[in-house]
Amino acid sequence: MSRAIAVKLAGPVLRARAEGPFQLRESVRVGPARLLGEVVRLDRDEIVVQVYEDTTGLRPGIEVVGDGAPLAIRVGPALLGRIFDGLLRPLSGAPDRLAAGLREAPATRFPFAPAAAPGDAMAAGASIGDIVVAGGRRLAALVPPGVEGRVLDIRPEGEYDDDEPLARIATAGGEVAVAMSHAWPVRVPRPSRRRLASVTPLVTGQRILDSLFPVALGGKAAIPGGFGTGKTVLLETLAKGCAADVIVYLGCGERGNEMAGVLEEFPRLDDPRTGRPLMERTVIIANTSNMPVAAREASIYCAITVAEYFRDMGLDVALMADSTSRWAEALREVSGRFGELPGEGGYPAYLASRIADFYERAARVETLGGRTGSVTVMGAISPPSGDFSEPVTSHTKRFVRSYWALDAKRAQARFYPAVHPLQSYAEDASAFAPWWSERGNPNWLALRRRFLTLLDEQSRLERMARIIGKDALPARQQVTLLCADLVNEAFLRQSAFAPKDRLASPAKQAAMMAVAGRFVELAEGALARGIAPARIAGLACLRPLARMGEDTGEDELARLDELRADLESAFADLEPEEAGA
Amino acid sequence: MKPRLLAENAAVGLEGPLLFLEGTPEAGLGDAVEVTGPDGRIRLGRVAAADRERLTIEVLESTAGLPLEGTVVRFHGEPLAFALGPGILGRVFDGVGRAIDGGPPVAAHQRLPIDGLPFNPVSREPPRDFIETGITAIDLLNSLVRGQKLPVFSGGGLPHDRLAVEIASHARLPRRAGEDFAIVFAGIGLAHDSAEYFRSSLERGGALERTALFLNLASDSSTQRLLTPRFALTAAEYLAFVEGKHVLVILTDMTNYCEALREVSSSKGEIPSRKGFPGYLYSDLATIFERAGCLKGARGTLTQLSILTMPSDDITHPIPDLTGYITEGQVVLARDLDRRGVYPPVNVLPSLSRLMKDGTGGDYTHPDHPALASQLYAAYARAAQTRVLASVVGEEGLSEADRRYLAFGEAFEQRLVRQEGPRAFAESLALGWRLLGDLPAADLTRLSDRQLREHVNAPAGRT
Repeated sequence: MSRAIAVKLAGPVLRARAEGPFQLRESVRVGPARLLGEVVRLDRDEIVVQVYEDTTGLRPGIEVVGDGAPLAIRVGPALLGRIFDGLLRPLSGAPDRLAAGLREAPATRFPFAPAAAPGDAMAAGASIGDIVVAGGRRLAALVPPGVEGRVLDIRPEGEYDDDEPLARIATAGGEVAVAMSHAWPVRVPRPSRRRLASVTPLVTGQRILDSLFPVALGGKAAIPGGFGTGKTVLLETLAKGCAADVIVYLGCGERGNEMAGVLEEFPRLDDPRTGRPLMERTVIIANTSNMPVAAREASIYCAITVAEYFRDMGLDVALMADSTSRWAEALREVSGRFGELPGEGGYPAYLASRIADFYERAARVETLGGRTGSVTVMGAISPPSGDFSEPVTSHTKRFVRSYWALDAKRAQARFYPAVHPLQSYAEDASAFAPWWSERGNPNWLALRRRFLTLLDEQSRLERMARIIGKDALPARQQVTLLCADLVNEAFLRQSAFAPKDRLASPAKQAAMMAVAGRFVELAEGALARGIAPARIAGLACLRPLARMGEDTGEDELARLDELRADLESAFADLEPEEAGA
Repeated sequence: MKPRLLAENAAVGLEGPLLFLEGTPEAGLGDAVEVTGPDGRIRLGRVAAADRERLTIEVLESTAGLPLEGTVVRFHGEPLAFALGPGILGRVFDGVGRAIDGGPPVAAHQRLPIDGLPFNPVSREPPRDFIETGITAIDLLNSLVRGQKLPVFSGGGLPHDRLAVEIASHARLPRRAGEDFAIVFAGIGLAHDSAEYFRSSLERGGALERTALFLNLASDSSTQRLLTPRFALTAAEYLAFVEGKHVLVILTDMTNYCEALREVSSSKGEIPSRKGFPGYLYSDLATIFERAGCLKGARGTLTQLSILTMPSDDITHPIPDLTGYITEGQVVLARDLDRRGVYPPVNVLPSLSRLMKDGTGGDYTHPDHPALASQLYAAYARAAQTRVLASVVGEEGLSEADRRYLAFGEAFEQRLVRQEGPRAFAESLALGWRLLGDLPAADLTRLSDRQLREHVNAPAGRT
């Protein structure tokens, strides 16, 4: 390990005289508290270090020690169910007020059952055995990427520390000890055999997403929205309800109270798929807005590295990043401090390529060990002034395939999720028609298109209605408005806090979509028979229809059939007026 | 404050707020210093950069009149700290924690660094429980929750000072009448007469005895302005987490703080970001606003109600914009309501309390309160839409239903939002239900059939 002596300190940047070789991007420890930092510049015998933590109290003459390797984190079974800071150091057990220089994770013990024997050939990414974690869940003890050879010896079944060597593998480059956990440099994507196409959506339980703007398993979605449009509530709802095996939740430059809320709520909620506490499938990484900015820049790489690690076990992982704008701003702040030439919006010119690098790590892959796993990334964006033309939003838009734009108008009317149906899109939607067809919605693509056209017409008609008045619109257009309202109120609005409405299974979504679709057909049919729009709007069955999401539990889907029957008979009872409309 | 080390005749350069020293004792980054010129004035400062030969001091007050020769620097050997004791309640301080009410110095029990370390999210208790402010538009529709940070976005000339004083005077914890409640009120960059207004109206209302008042005047230096919220919050943290009180912090006006930050940043030659504000405005504001919350195992809590004036009433200006991204909602005041004589002129639609669900309903207020608030919002949003329509086609062009919404919008503003004195929560609640009674029951889809029956008193499903 090389040493250096600090000679100049200013804010989070220090210069030190090196007494040995250092590499660019090498991780270093600064001062007696061993603050974490990174070498960002080499200059003859001096190094420039960016310190990830608060530097108050540091003075010239303190020691800087190199790790000899780039910034790396330890990935292993002890990640699940825990909360970490932006550099993946555990926060539970840390003091109430976070001083600089947090300690590393202590070793945790897990039961291990070997699945390999001495002499077995092990490829990178293969499993040497099973690790049992909370809830009896079994995880694979992975041979780290880059390690390949024959097992020399392996420990018997039993309980071990997560960093304790369990097997020795003879590789071309010598003997390597494999433990439950291993270190991985965060800025390097973990390798896989190949990327796979995705024909399956990640079920989120949110109707407006699954039914209108689905995201693929291994896909990437961006959620831009001004403040108060419900980004965080939506991401939290997704973290609670989406059908992934592991959730990595990154709170990047956001509120401490939100993290506290997640920590309180997740252990009490059940995973809708396994019935176990949600926390057991969750890893939380928190760099709240008042924690050091430099660590914020690194936190996003820590999060995606953790996600890739679980992907390599053959799991489907969802990563929620709230918010990528704070990460980009940290990038800007750090870049400004080094005097780099600012580009658009003051961001460094490499912003776009960094965003691309991050989102490109989302994928559905065949892992090195031959399993199929995926990382789906959902990133919130907080555009300044809610202006979506700013650099972070516009660059992100180029790299994601699902785009869920949140709308301030909808949020102000407390219409949640406030996803704007006309500004949002999902490029993969048509690929999922067979999937929906298998789940009882053969007309999904047609209904989706019908709803989107209705909403599009609504926005045009409302502009017109503003000029000539709603009642002056022709009957056909009044019915269109009525139908669009119903699609919004009855189908797209979904309360994150109503127990029955929080999550909708594909079956419930299909049934509700069919009822709403049927209403549109019936209303148009009634119009053709000469029924006045006001009479359709006055139907008593509209109210239960508008509340069907909140009033119908997953075990009461038959109610939706009754609702549909009521609808049919209500329309059948409408007689054209003698005078004609 | 016991100065530990002294440096005389060490100053070799002075550039704006930056003082360069050579041949001084070694000091740590961020350590506090006192810079005394031959005029005898003591200026606070701190170590901004250090190398082996040279120390850069950022002087936190005006450096005008400071020579190189004869300037003495005292090192505190620790970052800026505030000496606190229970006696701070009922007292008036300047922006950097010096008593200015003529009373004796506060007996110090504890010295706390003013920058306050970030809370560990694990140690935070999620905010719960309701604070009654006496303002219907807040209590009923954007409830303030203990441990929340909820700013008021105002504009120049709007009655936010009056609102601040009324909330400071009437705020209470309805379910915890016995527990200690305290106010920390920080005026940042105040004109002399507003400072006087705050002091005298808090005194008159009798609220001063449960208040620690910090006054930083417009004539004080900009660098000092940056310290005021930090001194005030350090005092609040002391009251909340050492003394175990429920503390409501009112910071007004945060726009003055941000302006000062811009000024100081540009004087340091930093690269400006949006509208000349430094790129770290977000992180800097976060270090202030994030100091609200509840801690596990602590009796007290810290709630923030900051007031800022939106430059040219522009909510997309960086100051309200970045604030809104950090805080847990916002209460927006509107000029047109003020013009129509509605006090408090709260524009309900863009207002939001993100934590409302955690402090209302159930035992906190009333089980049906959240549904009522949601329904009032939906109806008022429709009324606002109708109003736009009416302004184009005229009221005559509206349908009967639309006219009812128009009337609802008017009643909502004039009867619910508008109020003369403080209003108890039960009264606000009753008023809300009464207003909904004027709308077609079939439209009230945010209410369950039971809620309709019990509160609005109309059979469901009929127009």
